[in-house]
Amino acid sequence: MLIMRHELLLVTITVILLLVEIFLPHDKKHKIILPAILLMGLVTIAGFIPGPTGILFGGMYGTSSLILLMKNILNIGVFIIFVQSVSWLKLEEQKEKISEFFILLLSTLIGMDYMISSGDFLMFYLGLELATIPLATLAAFERYKEKSAEAGVKLIFTSALSSGILLYGLSMIYGTTGTVYFPEVSAAYTAAPLQILAFIFFFAGMAFKISLVPFHLWAADVYEGAPINVTSYLSVISKGAAAFIFMIILYTVFNKIALMWRDVIYVIAILTMTLGNLFAMRQRNIKRFLAFSSIAQAGFILLGIIGQSQLGMTTVVYFVLIYIFSNLGAFGVAAIISNKTGKESIDDYDGFYRTNPLLSLTMMLALFSLAGIPPVAGFFGKFFLFASAAKQGMYILVFIAVLNTIISLYYYLLVIKAMFLNRSDQPIGYFKSDGYTKFGLAMCVAGIIIIGLASPVYEFILKLSYGLY
Amino acid sequence: MFEGVPLNWFLITATLMFFIGIYGFLVRKNLITMLMSLELILNSVNINFVAFNKLLYPQHLEGMFFTVFIIAVAAAEASVAIAIIINIYRRLVNIDVENMNEMKN
Repeated sequence: MLIMRHELLLVTITVILLLVEIFLPHDKKHKIILPAILLMGLVTIAGFIPGPTGILFGGMYGTSSLILLMKNILNIGVFIIFVQSVSWLKLEEQKEKISEFFILLLSTLIGMDYMISSGDFLMFYLGLELATIPLATLAAFERYKEKSAEAGVKLIFTSALSSGILLYGLSMIYGTTGTVYFPEVSAAYTAAPLQILAFIFFFAGMAFKISLVPFHLWAADVYEGAPINVTSYLSVISKGAAAFIFMIILYTVFNKIALMWRDVIYVIAILTMTLGNLFAMRQRNIKRFLAFSSIAQAGFILLGIIGQSQLGMTTVVYFVLIYIFSNLGAFGVAAIISNKTGKESIDDYDGFYRTNPLLSLTMMLALFSLAGIPPVAGFFGKFFLFASAAKQGMYILVFIAVLNTIISLYYYLLVIKAMFLNRSDQPIGYFKSDGYTKFGLAMCVAGIIIIGLASPVYEFILKLSYGLY
Repeated sequence: MFEGVPLNWFLITATLMFFIGIYGFLVRKNLITMLMSLELILNSVNINFVAFNKLLYPQHLEGMFFTVFIIAVAAAEASVAIAIIINIYRRLVNIDVENMNEMKN
């Protein structure tokens, strides 16, 4: 029981919210916001209480301290998104659907938790689908907008196609090894041609989910069309969870062909970073801009995966933790601007500092962290990723990654320049953000600064990742 | 009933179905037809799993379980997809992918 506590807690609060939703009168739907946030906060805190780890259901489900930490990281991210989306949920159009948003978001989180701690491919597949299908409904959440419906359709079709491809690979793995359990598959894996083909199918399916470069085109459209809070969820939590399980499966199941997938990831990492950055440079819509920047960040995550060691594992978890805070900070500011004024173009941000200095400073800090400028956390995340790849002797890869950091710095600074230096005749007017938004952004800022200054966080993750690799 | 049908035949059928599905998904413009192509892909996977299970590893039932779950998940997926398609139909009065170009960049 206690081994599965994260999932069970989440299921419990989902059911509670469902029941509350049934009994709430029609015009009082907004009353669910505060209980939902409080419950999620409690679950997030409860996740940190140490408890037993182990294997359940004959190996279908397993946790370790590192996997628990991954789930806690996702919980924190979802909590911040809950807090940030309040101002959007209170708009007239969403009034009827407030509780649906929370319930759907929680069910995708449950799916991700199951996916991360899966011990066989069946559990992995179920978790993956539970994490994707509600996401499509979330992307199509603003029913009255064409863009949103379009994003939903694009998300559900690409994800269904990618899971079809992934499943075809899994069926070949099953056919050649006779089992779907991770340890047994790993033991029976002989790198026969059919098994390599199976790996390619599997890799393609996963690359769709993390939006690595040859499979990234759905991401920009879905990110732009979906409501901005859902976009932040897609680009942070969903991507982080997929990166975690991708890393775990590569390390535990396909460890025998590590030399082979290392080359594949090498090439894809370069492509993802470079193309993501080049496309991000020419975007004027802030959502699309952050979408491409998050594609580029996925390329950096691959640098940690390629390290294939305890260090690599640590750096990926550490980087995703920082990435959650910094990206949610940037998305939080973009979301509040979009909700208050409806403006989503970078050109509209001209002179933003003069009217809303605090929000601009938060945005600046978040973008600095995404770019990797020393005092803030993002620098250390990138630094350790590069170190982990350099330890494998991949200096060329690290060099290209550093070049990409410079490119990314250019376009992150463009936004900062627009806010601080550009003058505008009609800047976005002063507006007061509500308490929830302030709290969410304060959490992001605190995370960015504290993780950057406190080394115990990194040491802690390093200690936890010892067992898994 | 399956006595004498070799494994290869099942696999060839499944592979054909898989690639017909991929082809249909890429070529067809109508969302419902694309959804049907997706079902073809998933069903080819089902054939693979059942054939492997029945003919190679009859002592375990993992392939069968996998198939049952794939069928269930495919149904859920189709229902969500159709719900979104209906929503699109209400906005655009057709369900052609060519018309879904609101965000071209």
